[in-house]
Order: sequence, then structure tokens, then C-alpha cells
Amino acid sequence: MVSLRNHESTGQGEQPRRASAPSAADRWRALPALVRFPLAAAAAFAAVLALTFVTGPTGDLRIGSVGYYMLAIAGLQLLIGYSGQISLGHGAFMFLGAYTMALLVLHQPALPLWLNMLITVVLSCAAGVLVGAATARLHGPYLAGATLALAVGLPSVTVRFPELLGGSNGLAFSTRGAPPALAGVITNTQWQAAAVWLTTLIGLVVLATISAGRLGRRMRALRDDESAAGLAGVPVGRTKVIAFVISAGAGGLAGACQAYLLGTATPSSFTVTLSLSLLAALVLGGLGSMWGAFFGAVALVYVEVWGEDLAHALSLDSNVANNLPIVFFGVLLILVILVWPQGLHGMLRSLAGLVRRGR
Amino acid sequence: MTTTTSAPLLAAEGITVRFGGLTALDDVGLAVAPGTVVGLIGPNGAGKTTLFNVVSGIVRPQRGAVSWKGRRLQRHRPHHLADLGIARTLQGLNLFPGLSALDNVMVGADRLARGGALAMLTGLGRYHSDERRLRERAMAALEEFGAADAARAMPGTLPFGVQKRVALARAVVAEPELLLLDEPASGLSGEDIAALGEAIRSFGARMGVLLVEHHMDLVMDVCDHIVVLNFGEVIATGTPAEIQADPVVAQAYLGAAEEEGEHG
Ligand SMILES: Nc1ncnc2c1ncn2[C@@H]1O[C@H](COP(=O)(O)OP(=O)(O)OP(=O)(O)O)[C@@H](O)[C@H]1O
Ligand SMILES: [Mg+2]
Repeated sequence: MVSLRNHESTGQGEQPRRASAPSAADRWRALPALVRFPLAAAAAFAAVLALTFVTGPTGDLRIGSVGYYMLAIAGLQLLIGYSGQISLGHGAFMFLGAYTMALLVLHQPALPLWLNMLITVVLSCAAGVLVGAATARLHGPYLAGATLALAVGLPSVTVRFPELLGGSNGLAFSTRGAPPALAGVITNTQWQAAAVWLTTLIGLVVLATISAGRLGRRMRALRDDESAAGLAGVPVGRTKVIAFVISAGAGGLAGACQAYLLGTATPSSFTVTLSLSLLAALVLGGLGSMWGAFFGAVALVYVEVWGEDLAHALSLDSNVANNLPIVFFGVLLILVILVWPQGLHGMLRSLAGLVRRGR
Repeated sequence: MTTTTSAPLLAAEGITVRFGGLTALDDVGLAVAPGTVVGLIGPNGAGKTTLFNVVSGIVRPQRGAVSWKGRRLQRHRPHHLADLGIARTLQGLNLFPGLSALDNVMVGADRLARGGALAMLTGLGRYHSDERRLRERAMAALEEFGAADAARAMPGTLPFGVQKRVALARAVVAEPELLLLDEPASGLSGEDIAALGEAIRSFGARMGVLLVEHHMDLVMDVCDHIVVLNFGEVIATGTPAEIQADPVVAQAYLGAAEEEGEHG
């Protein structure tokens, strides 16, 4: 196998090979994506599963929430961080995914969970094709505006079709928990968190594979310079739509995971605030790297938790308490971005750099 | 035409482009044969870049036709050029600032990949071998232009001359049959220009080159044939020696210089 390091040493031409043997990191990076990303995902899954053995039901729920938010944010990362298109309406795809999952569980209870997830992905990708093709000619703020309108408008269909979609109360349902064979080994909430994370990690493997390969490079190229990308052979319009469709699929799957985890799908969970929170979490986590999605999702879930705890401890009245997490998040976002424009991912990287230089 | 007898790779005939009231190109024709370097020169605003844009499918001419290997190009779009075998550098640098030099060149190499959409989306099939192939080819192209050391660097951190070389590597890495160069020497120092001249002559052996350039020494040095534009019209064609001796050309450049002198 030819590693990057080997290329460099040939690039140095006549210089003797002074450089040491490829480091572990280089060798890891030279592995095929098909090996590298699934291995990383398996390790992450083991870690999350282990974590659920020390947390209670509430902790499991939060861990699961980090999972589906991470999936949604990673999809947004591909769209915004890689292809440079801004969507303010990704909550709309989560909405679609959540209601698809709810309707499937309620009306087709025999279907297995994985099939429901698959159906959701197909449907949200189809919706992504429609929206992506319709907005393909829109740039920057116009695309942002169009997607924002979608996020504002879509949840109101629940009120238009109250029999089917449950109106403003939404749909509630119960899902099968851990299989009987595992009773006593893992709890239902553990099982649910694990299912969400498995789905999330499979989605992330796909997203990471795409972004590390030709398609991701094409997206980054057109993000940086559309005309130069076109002249280099990148089909600009098509690549943009593909990015939109993939991120819609990720958003839909994330919504399905949310519905599965919470056992409900309500319009109030999918307001514009959700879409904006996803975007803010992405920026906070760091644009341009899939790690940013992880940090963003952790911040999104736990800042809210800490905000609520704090409001509780100070026994603030509900008006203040409800808004405290958002204020928290906003302050954190501003502080981090002021110092590290690359977000939490950039912060950790520069800290790691400091440590390495200090040694 | 000059020495070659083979049919032209690229032929433009009767190209007319108007932007509102301004006639940017008026009945312009030129041809590039395989293995030749054709120079396209003329004062600022003569219409050189516009002609490149017509060939690239960015600007549609009001009249006239572009043909590639004898077939007329009708509704072609910029991203079709690479597959046709035409590469173009832009008048600016136009590197992708967020991609390493190597990745920049790998974008140019993309058409050498053998895998399809499924491989790109799933990591299956040719995904990994394509990545390896593109990286190897891109690295080789960077080496050819003496920019291999810059492979991992971001374009913004590189000296201007190296950035230009990366841009050239990106244009030729996929081995086009025709290379359109828009002012490749602008901003380069004398030494870099000499290296560029050598590079262009070496391209000339492998592919047809259409060169837009203000740097006359370079043009006279590397071109087999020259077309001179002024105010959108072809005012002279010929070998470098013929062009240098042509009073009409001198007049056009002199006129442009005087005008600039009056305004500046
Ligand atoms: N898209 C456009 N819309 C309107 N006018 C244009 C457009 N593109 C070019 N022009 C005009 O057409 C004329 C020819 O421009 P062009 O860029 O082709 O010149 P050029 O020969 O490349 O000049 P330079 O040497 O300065 O690059 C100029 O007067 C220019 O202002
Ligand atoms: Mg020009």
C-alpha cells in the first residue's frame, strides 16, 4: 500500500530518507475508508454502550439525543462546511423523518426498526431531491431564505391533517424495547440509546466516506471557487444537489431516531428554533470537519441540561428558566468563536498543538 | 497556417459577441492544431478572455461556431471541458484556498478516476484505488513543476510563484489535449517566466496550447503561430517574426499605450 508519507519521500527526490518510518497516525490515514471509518465507528459504539452501563435512564436518553443531533449536524456539515450552501431549514427534514417513523410504527407495527429507518432515509432523500432541485439556482442568502420558509411552514401541515398527524399534540406511540433474550442484561433505555447510536454511526460512516473521497473534494472545490471547479470538471449544479440530498437524508434519519427515542413526534419539537440550533451547534463545533458535529451535538444537549439544572437550583421563574439554555448557548457560541473561529474542534486542535510543542 | 498539416483540434469561426452595445468580438476565427502553441495577444480589453469564455461555454456567441476535433460544440458547459480533453487556467490564480496544494491538483485529476457514483457514495469498489491513483498522479504533476514540497501546504501559505505552478499542475494533471492559458506569466519574476516558457514548450509537444499573454518576450519565444486581436477584431496573424515586423500590430499597441498615457 502506498501511503502519503511514501509520496512525500519520493517528492523529496535526491534527499536521503531521513524521515522516520510512517507514524501510527499516517498508517491509520492510509487505510482504505472502507476499513478505517467502520473500525472507528465500532470503537465509538463500544464506548457508548459501555457508558450506558454507568448512566441511568435519563443519562441514556441524553446520550441518545447526542447521537441523533450529531447525525443531523453531520449532514448539515456536509452541506454547509463542505459544499458551502447554507440551509436554515434542516429541522424540516428532521420533522419529516420523525413523522415518517411515528406513522410507520402506528400503522405498520410489524415492520422492523431497521426497515423503518431505511424507509425514512429514502423518503427524506426524495424530499431532498425535490427541495434541492427547486433551490439549485439559489445562492447564499436566497437559499437560506427558501429553506427557512420550509422550516417555518412544514410543521403546520400537522394542523391541516389532524386525523392523520395528530394536530398540535402530535403523535405518541410506544416502541419495542430490548428483546426478551437480553432482559436483565441491558435496560430498555440502554437498548434505545444503542439503537440510535448504531444508526447514527452507520450514517456517520457514510458521511465520512463521502467527505473524504472524490465527492467531498468536489464539494470543497466548488465551495471555494465555483468557476474554477467547473473548469476542472466538477459538475457544479449536480454536486450541489447531491450534497443537499445527502444532508436531507441525514436530517430525516436523525428525526426518525429522535421519534424512536422519545416515542413522540410533535410539531413543537420542530420549530425554526431547532433549525437555527443545529446551525449554531455546527458553527460552535467547527465548520469543515466531521468532528465538529460531535462537539456541536454534545454542546447542544448538555448546555441545555446544565441551563435547566442551574435554573432549577436558582429556582428561577419558568419564563427565565425556559430561555436560560438558549442564552447559555449563545454566550458560549460567541466566546468560542471570538477566540477560535474554527469552533470547539479548532480549539482542541490548537490546544493539542500547544501540548505537543510544550513537550 | 504554420508547419503542421494535421486537422485542427480546436477551431473557432466567425465568433461575434456583443455585451449590450459593446462588441467584444467581431467575426473572430482561429485554429489550434495538435502539438502547436498558438498565441492570442492584443491590448487590454481586446476580447481575449471573452474568446476563452466562448470556447469554455461560459459565454454564448451571437454568431459563429466553435468546433472540437471537427465536431461542433453547441450547448457545452464549462464542466464538460475536462471530459472533452480541454483544460483552462483562469486569468487570476483561482486555486481552492481551503484545499491543500495536493488536493487542488487532485480535483484537476478527477476525470482519471475509474469508479462510478456508487463507489464515491459508499467507499466500495474503486473508491480506494481511485484515491490512490489520483494522489499519485497529482503528486507526479506537482513534482513535474517542482512544487512537490508544497503538497501538504494550503495555497495561501505558498509564495505566488509556487501557487502559479500548482495551478498549472492542476490544469495539466489530467493530460488534456488542449490547454488554454490566460496570462500565466502575470505577476511572475524573470526566473519563473523562463521556467514557465520551458514548461509551455514541453506542453506543446504533448498537447495543443492556446496562450493569452501580455509578456511579449515569452509569447515570441514559445509560440508557433500568433493571432492579434484589437477591439474584438483580428488585425494580424502569422509567425512570431511576421507579427514582430507587422506595423499594424505595433500601431495597435502604440495606440493603446498612448490612450493609457492620456488617461493615466
Ligand atoms: N460579462 C461581460 N459583460 C459585459 N462586458 C464584458 C463582459 N466580459 C467582458 N466584457 C467587455 O468586453 C471587452 C473585452 O474583454 P476581455 O476580458 O475579453 O478583454 P481581454 O482581452 O481579456 O483584456 P485583458 O488583457 O485586460 O484581460 C472589455 O471591454 C470588457 O469590458
Ligand atoms: Mg483577459
